[in-house]
Amino acid sequence: MELADVRNEIKRGDLLQMYFYLRLTRTLEDRITALYRQGRIVGGCYTSHGMEAIAVGYASALERDDVIAPFHRDMGAFLIRGITPGEVLAQYLGKRTGPTKGKDGNVHMGDLKRGIIGFVSHLADNLPVATGAALAFKMRGESRIIVAGTGDGGTSRGDFHEAMNFAAVRKLPVVFFCTNNQYAYSTPLRLQMAISDVVDRAKAYGMPGEIVDGNDVAAVYLAAKRGIARARAGEGPTFFEFKTMRMHGHSEHDPAKYVPPELLEEWKTRDPILKAERLLVALGYGDETYFHEVGERAKKEIEVGLEFAEKSPLPEGPEVLEGVFATDADITHKAIHSRSAA
Amino acid sequence: MTTATPQATGEVTYLEAISQALDEEMTRDERVFLMGEDIGQYGGAFRITEGFLDKYGEWRVLDTPLAESGFVGAAIGAAMMGLRPVVEMQFADFISCAFDQITEVAAKNHYRWGAAVPMVIRAPFGGGIHGGPFHSECPEGWFFHSPGLKLVAPSTPYDAKGLLKAAIRDPNPVIYFEHKFLYRRIKSTLPEEDYIVPIGKADVKRVGNDISVITYGAMVHLALDAAQMLAKEGIDLEVVDLRTLAPLDKEAIFSSVHKTSKAIVLHEDNKTGGIGAEIAALLAEECFDSLDGPILRIAAPDTPVPFSTPLEEYFLPKTADIVTAARTLAAY
Repeated sequence: MELADVRNEIKRGDLLQMYFYLRLTRTLEDRITALYRQGRIVGGCYTSHGMEAIAVGYASALERDDVIAPFHRDMGAFLIRGITPGEVLAQYLGKRTGPTKGKDGNVHMGDLKRGIIGFVSHLADNLPVATGAALAFKMRGESRIIVAGTGDGGTSRGDFHEAMNFAAVRKLPVVFFCTNNQYAYSTPLRLQMAISDVVDRAKAYGMPGEIVDGNDVAAVYLAAKRGIARARAGEGPTFFEFKTMRMHGHSEHDPAKYVPPELLEEWKTRDPILKAERLLVALGYGDETYFHEVGERAKKEIEVGLEFAEKSPLPEGPEVLEGVFATDADITHKAIHSRSAA
Repeated sequence: MTTATPQATGEVTYLEAISQALDEEMTRDERVFLMGEDIGQYGGAFRITEGFLDKYGEWRVLDTPLAESGFVGAAIGAAMMGLRPVVEMQFADFISCAFDQITEVAAKNHYRWGAAVPMVIRAPFGGGIHGGPFHSECPEGWFFHSPGLKLVAPSTPYDAKGLLKAAIRDPNPVIYFEHKFLYRRIKSTLPEEDYIVPIGKADVKRVGNDISVITYGAMVHLALDAAQMLAKEGIDLEVVDLRTLAPLDKEAIFSSVHKTSKAIVLHEDNKTGGIGAEIAALLAEECFDSLDGPILRIAAPDTPVPFSTPLEEYFLPKTADIVTAARTLAAY
């Protein structure tokens, strides 16, 4: 990114807020990883370590009534949409106060009131779902949009294709992204696809596509803004390939010995937080003292959240039987159906 | 021709009943819209939505690309945002392409994170139309095993209309199995006023005292035919039409069997692991003390649905199978 472009196109306050969410995400996920290593978190533990700029960037570009269908390494997006660190930790600890009340774990969080469609492990499943949300917005003449993403592996699924195609045919207000972090679990890109840039696929759907540095929060934010503007203007979907690198294993149980160490060393220098700090210094928006203060603020929030999560009750066994079916009362939230009109 | 009684609508086919339900619900509720392959200008493979495009426009009658997973997923998203999508599988067989979206996303969203998914998937199912292995299936068993889905399968025009309206108004994903063999073969007069058939309620289509035949879909008519034949022999069948497959109306099933003490479970789906197996197991668990004979199952053999006429005839359950089974049970 050119410095002047960032200065002209992103408000100082917005950029500083993004920096805070980068730090909050890192601090939260580091804490989750530590809890996992202490055996206090069961199940999977997937982090966005080294990729935080993607979720923070695109979620910062949204308006209140917009919706997201996040990838499973988009912790920053949950936080920006209003899921608190306490709720996230409660979710990881299987507590009743987590967004799924213990019914599901880790990043499988959703909340329609906060415009978040719950993640499904079957990667790319939520892309067709996102087209349907966009269809509803378009049919009702609302100005809302949805941002939906998957990983490089997810783009191999038929649902990726079906969603991209349908969205383009009907010019739906959706922004698609791929977090290309080079590995789907242990499978490297070269065994996932015969092309080197996922963005090449956009052409086949008659959709504009761009490659974006996924570790540059300003670049992701501005790209998302462009896609969102197109979607809101009725010009249809856009596809972004956010290039990044998965710096941990697939989940914390995975030492990822299949990743060449030199690749990790190379990407370490492009860490999104370091990158954001260099940018803030260059713009004269922040210095070491400020960065330290933000780090302390993030730490404090996480500690408060952890206390909430730890004090929260676990669900009772028989709660397993609740909620298989919805009642009419479950869908009367006017807010989610037409938030702009509310 | 005289115009006498206020029976203005006259007799309506099963197919017309479905079409009426869609039309009336779309008029009643602007959130209701249709998606599927060839449903717009063409009016659907079975012409159920003929004229709908002109009446409701291309944003309420959406022709989709050939992509069942994609449009079922889209229906889920639209439903979560407050609309009431009704999607059409051209044939129930193609629902396998959307299996993942139905069982992993639609069925689990409310349970996992509280997001209701009020949508209907219409699935024209069943054989007897020389459709072969890909146009005759009864795939309800796959979804019967998936918590979070409601499944209905009407056998008459009255139930077809009332159940479809109930499905559209239900806050959950409902798969509506409409039997292709019945489309134009059965007719009846329907009430002029708005009505629904509640989901979760079976219906005794023939009251009898000796043997309960528990069934659904096109097989209801076979059971009624068999009952007529057996009545001459003094065997009095009770025909319980499940109408809703999930959640099952256990009360209706049990109360019939408590009365008759004998049960035949009849369906067109393959025998193994089907809905009939579950009903037989429930009867063994809950009605053991009432039973005076074995629970008999009549179902298709465990093969794909074959094409050629003699093969398909052999494959499908027949009235004679019910008669034979009833005679066997009557001897107990």
